[in-house]
Amino acid sequence: MSMVKENVVYMDNNATTRVAPEVVSEMMPYLTDFYGNPSSMHTFGGQVGQALKTARKRVADLLGADPEEITFTSCGTESDSTAILSALQAYPDKRHIITTRVEHPAVKNLCDTLDTLTGHKHRITRLKVDPEGMLNLEEYEAALSEDTAIVSVMWANNETGVIFPIAEMARMAKERGILFHTDAVQAVGKIPINLKELDVDFLSLSGHKLHAPKGVGVLYVKRGTIFTPFLTGGHQERGRRGGTENVASIVGLGQACLLVAEKMTEENTRVKMLRDKLEDGLLATVPKSLLNGHKTERLPNTCNISFEYVEGEAILLHMNKHNICASSGSACTSGSLEPSHVLRAMGVPFTAAHGSIRFSLSIYNTEEEIDFVLEKMPAIIESLRQMSPFWPGD
Amino acid sequence: MWEYTDKVQEHFLNPRNVGEVENASGTGDVGSLACGDALKLTIKVDEKGIITEAKFKTFGCASAIASSSALTEMVKGMSLEEAEKITNEDIADFLGGLPKEKMHCSVMGREALEAAIADYRGLVLPMAEGEVICECFGVTDLEVRRAIQESNLRSVEEITNFTKAGGGCGKCEDKLRAILQEVVSGTVLSPVQFPKPRRMTALQKIKKIEEVLEREVRPGLRKDGGDIELIDVDGDFVTVSLRGACKSCAKSQTTIKEYVEAKLRELVLETLIVEEANS
Ligand SMILES: Cc1ncc(COP(=O)(O)O)c(C=O)c1O
Repeated sequence: MSMVKENVVYMDNNATTRVAPEVVSEMMPYLTDFYGNPSSMHTFGGQVGQALKTARKRVADLLGADPEEITFTSCGTESDSTAILSALQAYPDKRHIITTRVEHPAVKNLCDTLDTLTGHKHRITRLKVDPEGMLNLEEYEAALSEDTAIVSVMWANNETGVIFPIAEMARMAKERGILFHTDAVQAVGKIPINLKELDVDFLSLSGHKLHAPKGVGVLYVKRGTIFTPFLTGGHQERGRRGGTENVASIVGLGQACLLVAEKMTEENTRVKMLRDKLEDGLLATVPKSLLNGHKTERLPNTCNISFEYVEGEAILLHMNKHNICASSGSACTSGSLEPSHVLRAMGVPFTAAHGSIRFSLSIYNTEEEIDFVLEKMPAIIESLRQMSPFWPGD
Repeated sequence: MWEYTDKVQEHFLNPRNVGEVENASGTGDVGSLACGDALKLTIKVDEKGIITEAKFKTFGCASAIASSSALTEMVKGMSLEEAEKITNEDIADFLGGLPKEKMHCSVMGREALEAAIADYRGLVLPMAEGEVICECFGVTDLEVRRAIQESNLRSVEEITNFTKAGGGCGKCEDKLRAILQEVVSGTVLSPVQFPKPRRMTALQKIKKIEEVLEREVRPGLRKDGGDIELIDVDGDFVTVSLRGACKSCAKSQTTIKEYVEAKLRELVLETLIVEEANS
């Protein structure tokens, strides 16, 4: 046990992941010897261009896409903005956007500020979710209109792990000739994706959620989709994104895509089993605890539990004392005074929203770590409840 | 991650005086579950008016728990008169400071103490009688006014940090701004509706103000042999100084409000309040 205590027990992989050692070693030469510019005419730079090509192919293979459909960006947020703004420029007369109430701020806040950004008024439909975090496809169908420029719906939710029916939703948009974007930042690498079979026009992913470094992302643009760059400049990325490429990180992302493809089965078996053990254990040993999000339509690594009558930041800091890393949807951790918009949209009551903790695992977690967390959590919650004026006692 | 002082962390991990005083002389109950923090303070007061015991129960984040723990340590052994003088800043100081976004935790401590003392004396607190300004967190105008005065607040954002007012749906921002102007400059704001302000960093704000003064304001003043100098920008308050002919002009106040302030509000931020520096 002592080994576990001295090391960090990292269960915050939806926030960011460890850069895989094999990713680091693949990157190193591009931070040292191979510093050429991939756009240069000389062989020294040209060989770096080759490395980008390999990385692009690896990303495309993971997604079931063609390399020409892959554009490297600086992060998931940039990919999201690029897709939505591009669609609005492709259809300047359409002023309606469909999204959901539970999107990541990368999409949510963009939609909130779109009017000032574009100088036009937009009508934004934010689809509701039910208490389990699921969408109602009838509401979606009714919202699709002639005026809809783009639908932007996340594939999997970062807070609860709930998975949306992207294949069906994209098909419904396609039937009406409406562009479809999905923020798949949390889904890529955790569940199989095959874009060849889907009517998805744009897909965003982010390197640091799949064991590549922070600050590199991808926007997939289906062949034939009208596209306007977000960053104009040089002819990098075939004119789709100006700016000299973040070569080492892109190479790392390519390697990470190989790795997650190889580990996909493990993610959905061993990691999922660990997650289930953690979840079942906590729900069984801590009274007044409840699961947030659909039990099965969910990423294999994510578990979001509310501990009623206690506050999330206080829980996290106690966990921190034991070197356990997780996150919370409580108001105090968000930097605002309101608890998570995702949990509120699901109708999770305040009594529970403030005390929500998200555990998100990865292939690097062990059963020993799960046991350690299961051993520590009940006492932490109990001690805070004894201090709470609302705790009715057990 | 918040930057908590060692003292905050220590009081959070090892809180003092958790629980409820038996047969308490006074109880102060503030906050609510919905708000995200709540504190129940119970005190025992002896016949000489000395607080002999103080205990707390708190639902909230680390700084709420630490502030409660600190409060109970501070008041024990104090006379009621001494305890009444404790401010939220005193609680924060006792802990070696709190992050500014967390100052409302110390305000909650002070409010609970006041409520407990009032309860002991059988009084109704004036704060609870004010008009509720922030519906989300149930904050009254009296609480907002007091926080502005006591902690020298200069923007709506600061009011939110200290009282939580405005931190929910944000619909009361205009009212908060009106109270702010009233308390700070003693003038009542005309009942125009301000659009929601854009967020700007302090530097962006200063740069923009300088630009507008240079481009839009100075040329006009110079024609009349005057000039204007930007002295300070503090939250929404812009301090300027008129120079040359403007300085002695009897209409300087009108110039500032109707000309300078109007321009800055139009071109920089609708919420700015321009004042003349004391010479
Ligand atoms: C669903 C989702 N979308 C977008 C992002 C943003 O990605 P990035 O941090 O690369 O900008 C994140 C990560 O925080 C996310 O979880």
